Amino acid sequence: MKELELKNLYDDFRDAKTIKAYAKIIAEDAKKLKRPINIMEVCGGHTHTIMKFGLPQLLPSNINFIHGPGCPVCIMPKERIDHAYVLSMQENVILVTLGDMIKIPGSNGSLQDARAKGADVRFVYSPMECIKIAHENPDKKVIFFAIGFETTTPMTAVLVKEVISKKIKNILFHINHVTVPEVMVELIDSRDVHVDSYNNEIDAFLGPSHVSVISGSKIYEKFPKDYERPVVVTGFEPVDAMQGISMIIKQFLEKRCELEIQYKRVVSYDGNLKAQDLINTYFEKMSLFRWRGIGNVPDSGLKLRDEYAQYDAEKVYSSVLPISQIEDHKLCICGDILRGMAKPKECTIFGTACKPTSPVGSCMVSSEGACAAYYKYGNLTFSTTT
Amino acid sequence: MCLSIPSKVVKISEDETMCTVDTMGVKRDANLMMMEDGDVSLGDYVLLHIGFVMNKIDEEEALSSIDTYKEILNHMDEEERQRAILEDDECAARGATYTEEIKSNEGT
Ligand code: SF4
Ligand code: SF4
Repeated sequence: MKELELKNLYDDFRDAKTIKAYAKIIAEDAKKLKRPINIMEVCGGHTHTIMKFGLPQLLPSNINFIHGPGCPVCIMPKERIDHAYVLSMQENVILVTLGDMIKIPGSNGSLQDARAKGADVRFVYSPMECIKIAHENPDKKVIFFAIGFETTTPMTAVLVKEVISKKIKNILFHINHVTVPEVMVELIDSRDVHVDSYNNEIDAFLGPSHVSVISGSKIYEKFPKDYERPVVVTGFEPVDAMQGISMIIKQFLEKRCELEIQYKRVVSYDGNLKAQDLINTYFEKMSLFRWRGIGNVPDSGLKLRDEYAQYDAEKVYSSVLPISQIEDHKLCICGDILRGMAKPKECTIFGTACKPTSPVGSCMVSSEGACAAYYKYGNLTFSTTT
Repeated sequence: MCLSIPSKVVKISEDETMCTVDTMGVKRDANLMMMEDGDVSLGDYVLLHIGFVMNKIDEEEALSSIDTYKEILNHMDEEERQRAILEDDECAARGATYTEEIKSNEGT
């Protein structure tokens, strides 16, 4: 096993002493637990933090992490990627999107492949860059392929608002925004049905702080109340994650089941009301969104409201967009991983046929995906020496 | 990743839709349209996400986390420092590959 190298830029973003101190508190508290507990981190950002800083190795064996579905890239089903691909191949279209979407294989190939075939696919830092692109290409249609959870949705809403108020005619939207609480419900419910061979019942959740910066912690209220699962909204630095975990354990010891915020420096109960308002003005719930590996989750996706249909690329281009659902490669167990039913190393092609350089499934493509995190950091041990 | 180094607002545009923030010495523009009018003032600490101000950060908290980052950034050379700060506003929604992507886009 390699030792974690602190020389690495990001590995330094933490306070080793504090982490060690938390590890001690957790170890002592965990001894008093009556049974092991499984904590699901909903967001890929947390999976990344947990793996990168070797937190599982730091924690007692009765604290188990279950990795959740939470990366906008990982959960994108192939048919939506096919939509992006097909749109990018249309004449006079510039397809604009964010991040790792580029490498995810669809059934015809990835957006990278589309680009190699001559499609104009662009990756931007911020959705607002679409305005400039549209301005510079008045004879083309700019289609923004929007992805992301609650965190990113209001940014797309601002772009919609600008497009409407500035009467920009050549920007369209393909909306793939999804919401976190609905999929959490789905994960809990689906476990009640399955006989659970991994003993991986979800006992508590770490909620991603960035989602709640926008939506507030209130979106998780029903989990302690109706589902008896504590939720702690937690930041992404390793110190934050450790504190969040410690807060969960304390709840179990004190027989509490509550919604708590670890990341109080930016997260409030109500969140950013203006951003929520923007979301509600332009988007409404889709009755179903199919999550990769998880399947149809009621009310978990958003779409443009009907009155903005003229901006909706899914409607405008409906005649060319494929409608069939496409399943993953047979050997790929991303689905089980996203449901928290398996760990990446249980996949028979992990690290062999499937690597970050030649990913088979999205969990390996996305830099926040569980498989990518295990591939990169899975063999590290934790050390606080430099 | 959502590490979120707090940024300080150093300029606000006349129509209050944009501002300039200073993230530990690196300046960039950010969109203010997700914040209520008048909510953000000069000198406030804010959290950025893909070019937008998402919310304010409590000043005391901001300063103490900046101290932690400072210590780390001190160990880097200028180029590394710039990159670290700019990439900090990154998340799964964009991923680590995007910086290279943008660079290669610029190249063409
Ligand atoms: S913004 Fe943060 S919480 Fe949202 S997906 Fe990205 S890493 Fe996760
Ligand atoms: S290792 Fe690759 S093929 Fe296996 S589950 Fe992960 S992404 Fe899918």
